[in-house]
Parts: sequence; C-alpha cells; structure tokens
Amino acid sequence: MPESLDVFEDALLNYPAYVSTQLRAPTQPLVILPERLSDITTPVYGWWRPDERDNDLTRQHAGEPQGQRIIVAGRLLDDTDRPIPGALIEVWQANAAGRYDHRVDDHPAPLDPNFTGAGRTVTDADGRYEFTTIRPGAYPWRNHENAWRPAHIHFSVFGRSFRNRLVTQMYFPGDPMMSYDPILQSIPGERARQRLISRYDLSLTKPDWALGYAFDIVVRGSNATPFETSHDG
Amino acid sequence: MTDDMTRARTPSQTVGPFFDFCLTPDRTHGRVFPDSTPRIRLIVRVIDGAGDPVPDAVVEIWQVGDVPGRDTGFGRLGKGEDGSCEFDTVRPCDPAEGAAHINVCLFARGLLRHLHTRLYFADDPRLAQDPVLALVPDARRSTVIAAPSDFRPATSDLRPYTFDIHLQGPRETVFFDV
Repeated sequence: MPESLDVFEDALLNYPAYVSTQLRAPTQPLVILPERLSDITTPVYGWWRPDERDNDLTRQHAGEPQGQRIIVAGRLLDDTDRPIPGALIEVWQANAAGRYDHRVDDHPAPLDPNFTGAGRTVTDADGRYEFTTIRPGAYPWRNHENAWRPAHIHFSVFGRSFRNRLVTQMYFPGDPMMSYDPILQSIPGERARQRLISRYDLSLTKPDWALGYAFDIVVRGSNATPFETSHDG
Repeated sequence: MTDDMTRARTPSQTVGPFFDFCLTPDRTHGRVFPDSTPRIRLIVRVIDGAGDPVPDAVVEIWQVGDVPGRDTGFGRLGKGEDGSCEFDTVRPCDPAEGAAHINVCLFARGLLRHLHTRLYFADDPRLAQDPVLALVPDARRSTVIAAPSDFRPATSDLRPYTFDIHLQGPRETVFFDV
C-alpha cells in the first residue's frame, strides 16, 4: 500500500524519553506562517566553498584512520522529486571507536590522530553528493541506564531556501541499537524512521577498497523560490 | 505536471552536543555581510526551562541586507558558556509588507527539530503593521522583539540589541512553523 505523503511525520519536539528535551523543547504551539511571509533564499556561501578533499574524511591527516572505510553517497531532492544542485552538505561523526574529537566527549575510547570526523561538500548538477569516511562506532551516553547511541553520521543540509534547512542523522542497516535509541524513536512512524537508515549498495562499493552506503535526502519543496515555477511542463 | 509531492521528506534529528568542530569551528560567521561595514550588534542568548543558559546551541541568522536586492546574509555561531553569542550585521531594509526582521534558526542538544523564530527591532515604527506579528498573541509579541541595549562598549561603534530566546517558561519565545 503506498504511503500517504499528506502527513509528514517529523521527529516530535516533546519526547520525554530523550531527557534533554525536558527543559529545552518549547511547550507552546508553533505559530504557522504562510509561505509567502516566511521564505528567504539560501545564502551564497562562496566564502566557505569546500575544496576537493573536504569530502574525504580519510585524507585529512598524515596517515590513514583506523576502521572500516566506507563511501556514503546519495542525492538531495525536494519532495516534488527535483534534485537540488549546488547545495552545501556538512557531516560530522565519531571515530571507529565511538569517540568524538571534541573536548566535551569523555568516553574512555581512543582518539585517532588520523581522524577528525568533519567533512563538507556541495551537490552536483543532479543533486548528488559523496563522502569517503570510516564507519563510526557506537558510543555510550548518559540519557538512561546503559544507553548507547547507534552508529550514525550527522548531516547538515542547505536546500534552496530557509524552509529547506535540515539537520539530521544517518544510521546503518541492521544496527540493533536503533530500537533502543530515543533520538531515532522520537520519530513516530516506522516508515519515517526507515528514511534515516542508509542502504548497503553494492554499486557504490569499490572492490578491494570501501563499502558503499546509499542515503538520499529529501527536503520540503518550495514554489516561491526564483528557481521554480508552479508548473514545470 | 503539477508540483504534487512525490517523495516523503527526511525527518530531522538533533544536532547533538558535538557539532562545533564541524559547524562552528571559529567566529568567522559572526560577521553576517563580510563585504560591508556592520552597523549593529545582535547579542543573542538562549535560556532553558530552568532559567539556565544553554551553552551547546547553534544560532543561525538569515536576513536581507540594508538595501534591497543583495544576497541573503548568513551568520552562524555556537554559544559561549554563558549561553550568548554576538553577530555583527546591518539592520535589514523594510520589506514590502510589514516590519524589518531577521530570521533565526536554533539548533541544540535536546531539540529534535530546529526552531524558527524572528528578531524584530523594538524601535521600529512599522511593528504594528507586520502581518506575522499579527498572528502572534498580544502577550507573546515581546518575545520576538530585540531591545536596544543600554550598554555599548566605548571600543565599539556598533549599535547593540539584545535578544533572549527562552525555550520554555512564562517568557517562552514564539517559534514558527515555516
């Protein structure tokens, strides 16, 4: 049965099982703005345009990082199926041991001198992007007793306009920690949660080199931008 | 063919606590229009439901320039330990309809989706004609209006405005579904 696209099931703001929401999630209803009053086009980010190596997180240091080398690739589309070219995508992640190169992360797992875990790229004319990285490890957090985050890569995405902005996390197929994770489970629908799980892709996999995972990203369409008209044919 | 939705959107997830080495490695993006002289300073604070500053948030501002037709100005900063950050920018030009404003996106650990709000200027005579403020209940309008700050360091000629974002509580900021 085809999925209804009428109702978009995004993560709930108020999800007490994720303890940090309790003092941070707003309690009042959001005020709904009509699109004509709320849109502003995405900035021209020439001053932070990535260079070629920014999308290869395994080549940012003198040596190679520890861990399973992977390729994560996909397309950025809007919900009318149009690719979004020229869009900035930023990613960040833990290393193979599940440790972030971050002063606040005190998980007793080793840092990797050859891995920082931050990358960026710009989508091509077909909305495609690709990163080379290593598979991040799971890591513990203090949300509840014996809490572990499933392996994930954080994504920050700019679309055509303010209304397309998206920050999310990509997960890996078959990870048993997903069903215990209140951050992923804050999305009410199983089908909506599935959209955050990458797919192993043999065609992206490079022989004798790296496993490939496909992850398409779909953001809200916007008819008010100068890039689109209300009819395309 | 019309613009019917054919693809389901990707849901949001929290930015988490470990973003700054990727998203906000330095203060570069506190200068919203790098090629022009800033005129105002926006001092943005984020406060949680216990009244405590939120040190691990990302604030983005998206705005039009002081003259029509310029590219969108963009700023992005992480918060200091006191939960505040400062953007140097220009006051946006008046829109065709309503009052000048700056769009604000807020990301934080504990926010499973990012929040949208707006920053208006308390000394703007057009506030009463703004169609978005008209959608906000009277008692909550002040939460999206930045106040001119009394304090201006002698070393700065930027006009300061303070804007406190309260995530919860009696002064909870109005957030928008855009």
